[in-house]
Amino acid sequence: MLVHSRRARWALWAGFLVLFVPLFALPLLVVLGASLATHWSGVLPSGPTLDHYRAATRGEALGALTTSLVTAVTASLLALIAGTWAALAGTALGRRGRRVLDALFVLPVAVPSVVVGLAVLVAFSQPPLLLNGTRWIVVAAHTVLVTAFAHQSVSAALDRLDPAYAQAAASLGARPGYVLRRVVLPLLLPSLTAATGLCFALSMGELSATMMLYPPDWTPLPVLIHAATDRGSLFTGSAVAVVLMATTLLVLSAVSRIRTRASYR
Amino acid sequence: MTDPTGRGILPTTAPTGRPEHPATSPTRHPQHPTAPPVNSPISGGSQKLPPTRPVTSPVSAGPSGRSARRWLPGSAGPVLWALPPVVLLCLFFLYPLALVLRQSVSPDTGGTSLRPYADVFASAAFREALGTTVWLALAATAGCLLLGFALALVIAFVPFPGARAVARFVDVFLSFPSFLVTLALLFVYGRVGIANGLWTGLTGAAEGPFRFLTTPWGVLLAEITYFTPFVMRPLLAAFSQLDTAQLEAASSLGARAPRIVRRVILPEALPALASGGSLVLVLCLNEFGIVLFTGAKGVTTLPMLVYSKAILESDYPGACVVAVVNVLISVGLYALYRMVSRRAGA
Repeated sequence: MLVHSRRARWALWAGFLVLFVPLFALPLLVVLGASLATHWSGVLPSGPTLDHYRAATRGEALGALTTSLVTAVTASLLALIAGTWAALAGTALGRRGRRVLDALFVLPVAVPSVVVGLAVLVAFSQPPLLLNGTRWIVVAAHTVLVTAFAHQSVSAALDRLDPAYAQAAASLGARPGYVLRRVVLPLLLPSLTAATGLCFALSMGELSATMMLYPPDWTPLPVLIHAATDRGSLFTGSAVAVVLMATTLLVLSAVSRIRTRASYR
Repeated sequence: MTDPTGRGILPTTAPTGRPEHPATSPTRHPQHPTAPPVNSPISGGSQKLPPTRPVTSPVSAGPSGRSARRWLPGSAGPVLWALPPVVLLCLFFLYPLALVLRQSVSPDTGGTSLRPYADVFASAAFREALGTTVWLALAATAGCLLLGFALALVIAFVPFPGARAVARFVDVFLSFPSFLVTLALLFVYGRVGIANGLWTGLTGAAEGPFRFLTTPWGVLLAEITYFTPFVMRPLLAAFSQLDTAQLEAASSLGARAPRIVRRVILPEALPALASGGSLVLVLCLNEFGIVLFTGAKGVTTLPMLVYSKAILESDYPGACVVAVVNVLISVGLYALYRMVSRRAGA
């Protein structure tokens, strides 16, 4: 305990609340409150209604939710495969090769996602691979963006993994493929699910690259939220945003459930 | 720095842009992967093996720790194994980036020239966007560092009931997209928002005084709000490693809280501050959602300029030039960040 005087402690806590609540708790509460209201220009929102949710769970918005879910699931699974593969391959490489591989796979984090969007748009609007106008261009951009995170998370876990298990299995005569399948991957499972959750959340909220290249028939939720707020329907936008947050949290908690069960294995 | 806490507050170093994205952390595997109580073949069990059993392990062959980690099947070389993901990355990431570079030197009039660069550098819009981006990012980083340090100090060293819940809330906060913050600020400080509504209700004035949302200050507020948790997490991880005996000793020798913070805590926190700060700096330079949602014509940052040039004006060479500049700045800074955090973690 750093501060011993009781009064100073209370003062600090009060200061903490004054900073923390308006900055971090208020935004989420405001979005939640607005999604249930028709009007808000006083302390509290007025005109309670569920209409925005009705609008946010049917028609265009429902389509956008499906779009987002399909994109996020596809992108995170692809990213998981590519990232894990690269991380596993990295452990077998020498020091220098490993550094090159790590640097390559971390690059998409440093490059602004708007630029990733622009680059993918430029590259796949021309032969040999014409993806522009299809949903695959969105999936491709999302995959590129989140693969870096999957790789990062899995290779960090691999570094912490005790090689003794794999060595022991191998010394008992297990072939490398068997060791990978029955020893290494099960031990990695918690990090694999964590990485999937991370990629999923990132892809669900991805706006920058998506704005650059979404085709009209493949509009993810963030784009829809932007369209709603842009034409002034802030309240509808909030309801869609709450749907986005709730879906993300739901999937994340489901994924973390897999993780808990795996860690008891 | 690895995750020494074991509490899942991942390190400053996971050099992922949002390395410690919330998603990973709140419930991040509570047990170390080596913990599960398998019938450990290492502990004793192996002694019961018939000694004659042939050891066919390719793994035990390598004397060094690195080669002991060979768990890839087949006889293909490690480089061959690394090829597929690298080829995919090249096809979907590096090749597109190279095309952006090529496009940036191919003006619409044809041929190859540096005309687009000259045009863009000469335009006032670009120079303004560059300036705005840089000062916004620097100011937001400074704000996040100050605020994050203060908040993390209270959570770690003056804990209150519910401090852990707050730390967890910060993680959840990070799993949401950045534009939600701007969306919320629109309700709070917007033209007919809460703050202005209160003001007009109290004073009877026709319009409220809060109009900063469409200026760079609104973007700054949103960025500080969204990115502060990125500083808090590595700081909390660093603080949890700090031996409290040091604090007790300092305090029993008569040092007061501000002095302890300055002389004991701050030096310990410096690596986390440095790497968290440079990460936030890069993320702020690249931030797009917050600026887009503000809807402010007056605030143009580099990513915003890329978007408006490419999508709204269809000026692809121009957009590519801005993109190249933005990438150079961000990647340069990110390399710096990796260096700092590697050194800090060493």
